[in-house]
Amino acid sequence: MAKMFKGAENAFKVRLSIRTALGDKAYAWDTNEEYLFKAMVAFSMRKVANREKTEISHVLLCNVTQRVSFWFVVTDPSEKHTLPAVEVQEAIRMNRNRINNAFFLNDQTLEFLKIPSTLIPPTDPPVPIWIIIFGVIFCIVIVAIILLILSGIRQRRRKDKGPSEVDDTEDKCENTITIENGIPCDPLDTKGGHVNDAFMTEDERLTPL
Amino acid sequence: MALAPGPDLLGDGSGDERPKWDNKLQYLLSCVGFAVGLGNIWRFPYLCQTYGGGLGCFTVSSLIGIYYNTVLTWVLWYLLNSFQNPLPWSACPPDRNLTGFVEECQRSSSVSYFWYRQTLNVTADINDSGSIQWQLLVCLVASWAIVYLCIIRGIETTGKAIYFTALFPYLVLTIFLIRGLTLPGATEGLTYLFTPKMQILQNPRVWLDAATQIFFSLSLGFGGHIAFSSYNPPRNNCKKDAVTIALVNSMTSLYAAIIVFSVLGFKAANDHGRCLDRNILSLINAFDFPDQSISRDDYAAVLAHLNVTQPERVAGLGLESCHLEDFLDKSASGTGLAFIVFTEAILHMPGAPGWAVLFFGMLFTLGLSSMFGNMEAVITPLLDMGVMPRWVPKEVLTGVACLSCFLASIHFTLHSGNYWLEVFDRYAASLNLVIFAFLEVVGIVYIYGMNRFCDDVAWMTGRRPSLYWRVTWKVVSPLLLLTIFVAYIALLARAPPSYRAWNPQYDQFPTQQENVYPGWVQVTCMLLSFLPVLLVPAVALAQLLVRHRRKKKAALQDMHLKPQDSGAC
Repeated sequence: MAKMFKGAENAFKVRLSIRTALGDKAYAWDTNEEYLFKAMVAFSMRKVANREKTEISHVLLCNVTQRVSFWFVVTDPSEKHTLPAVEVQEAIRMNRNRINNAFFLNDQTLEFLKIPSTLIPPTDPPVPIWIIIFGVIFCIVIVAIILLILSGIRQRRRKDKGPSEVDDTEDKCENTITIENGIPCDPLDTKGGHVNDAFMTEDERLTPL
Repeated sequence: MALAPGPDLLGDGSGDERPKWDNKLQYLLSCVGFAVGLGNIWRFPYLCQTYGGGLGCFTVSSLIGIYYNTVLTWVLWYLLNSFQNPLPWSACPPDRNLTGFVEECQRSSSVSYFWYRQTLNVTADINDSGSIQWQLLVCLVASWAIVYLCIIRGIETTGKAIYFTALFPYLVLTIFLIRGLTLPGATEGLTYLFTPKMQILQNPRVWLDAATQIFFSLSLGFGGHIAFSSYNPPRNNCKKDAVTIALVNSMTSLYAAIIVFSVLGFKAANDHGRCLDRNILSLINAFDFPDQSISRDDYAAVLAHLNVTQPERVAGLGLESCHLEDFLDKSASGTGLAFIVFTEAILHMPGAPGWAVLFFGMLFTLGLSSMFGNMEAVITPLLDMGVMPRWVPKEVLTGVACLSCFLASIHFTLHSGNYWLEVFDRYAASLNLVIFAFLEVVGIVYIYGMNRFCDDVAWMTGRRPSLYWRVTWKVVSPLLLLTIFVAYIALLARAPPSYRAWNPQYDQFPTQQENVYPGWVQVTCMLLSFLPVLLVPAVALAQLLVRHRRKKKAALQDMHLKPQDSGAC
């Protein structure tokens, strides 16, 4: 086996982070787990054309460390040559999900160091969410603007009609100002059109040059 | 003799009287909302961390109104994108082969990628305008619509809107305070903020920055405060109002700084932890230690041991140096703080979308209340000058103002829009305001006359201003403003103005590339800085000419009248 691994182009390093993935529920990595791994790799190879005869004994593991990491290689039925890396890579990629699930791990905690994982394609909803919320807010704003403009128009129409009616009543009110000796009793009555000295506009205060 | 009321006086009273605030609270909230803006949240805490001038005003306010709403557009875009879990800036999008992440995102960060690529789609150079970013254009329309809705009838509508837009930020700040203080790492951030760096206080630049910050923070020189105050009754205790607004503004900045720093402390602690984790993983993988065997606390001891026993292997790993102070030092201000640093911090809080909605909602209402002040400073002079005939309703005037500003601000939705925004922010909104404020103070104190002004204040508030006010008006304020102005000019003259560009082709990416502004942009900067100011002497000259012509006319009329008078006598 050492001879085959010396070649090492068709060998893959695998790294597991069981404690990171499972915390307290982490299982120990023993020979049984290794057997399962070999079985999963053999299963993946059997799905490739021309490799349906791959057996568990064709998968060889080596250099298992405490980390947990190890190297593996798949041999052909004659057990003299290793299968090309491209085929093994293809097989593992196609069945990556099932291999992960067998060990309760994912792409980050069960790493095949030379095999890039296929990322989940982004699931875009047909209409991006922001457009929906934008539509809602925009409609509310437009409706509010229209309401305000309409109410403004109505107010102005009422005011235009208003003063002609209000004028008569105000005249009557003016006539009830008590007049003694020809002088109105309430000199600060602004409705009478007197200028209130307390309120001077800026132009009047600043004497022109 | 009873004076009969004239019909025209009665008719005039109803439609055309000057609008009034419903109550004092509306006025104060409007001024506070105008003064308290985005700068309180993202400029003041940055400064804490590093150390320890009527037509001119109108022009400046219009220029600022144009670009300020672009910031609101960005905030609105982020707000709309916050209603999903996971947040769109939490992960890099995968590239086309689905084998890895987009390279630009991987080299920088998912948050920076979302800001520079997916939001702004920024070009590498200000010369390269690119096309319009339609998502931003759509958000721009919405934010101008919201501004129009709130200012449609002047202070009648802003007065109602201000209750929400001025108070909501304080509510959110308080919620963030409670959340921020309970986050791990918050205390480190706060101790960092409140520990003064004594040697840095000796740098005059600190004091210059402090003076400019408080000046701009109060939003002086825009004409906004003048516009708001013109709707007050004439006998109004303006002294108390001024002190209140200044105090509230400063307290808000401090309050915001506490919150920003507790969140930044949390982010720094988080980044520091992840830096350690990355190093620990490298060690575990290289030396085949069991998974999770080195905790963050053991890391230092284990590293020291390995450095002694196998130094070459350790050196070959390329471990990062993880110091908490380095992460705390990563200061940011302005758009960097809001859209990059804070958004990343929010990602790590449980319930991230909710916090993102609150944060961007707060920024939006803050900016909105400042926009009210800006637009009032534009619309009130237009109304007072009688630009539109009387029969045109106010809604049309505000609509036209908003529409013109909107059309002008479309330019900022181009791909190079962010660079242009920096140009406007740095040049349109800085020197002009200092000069206007200086001219206002000097004009009132020295030309109008300190005594006359004190008489006016006594008439309004019932008491003459004390020595403190008179000294500050006469000496301290003009001096400070002059110093700020001179310092600004000196700093600008020192080096050709440059900007930092986001260029993925740059070899030191993600560090931004320092480019010098091309000639025509520099000319634009100069125009933005000085054109509004030049309006002051220009208008003065125009008024002189008008008065001169009036005098001539009056003199001519006198000459025509004189023979008639002698005839009557």
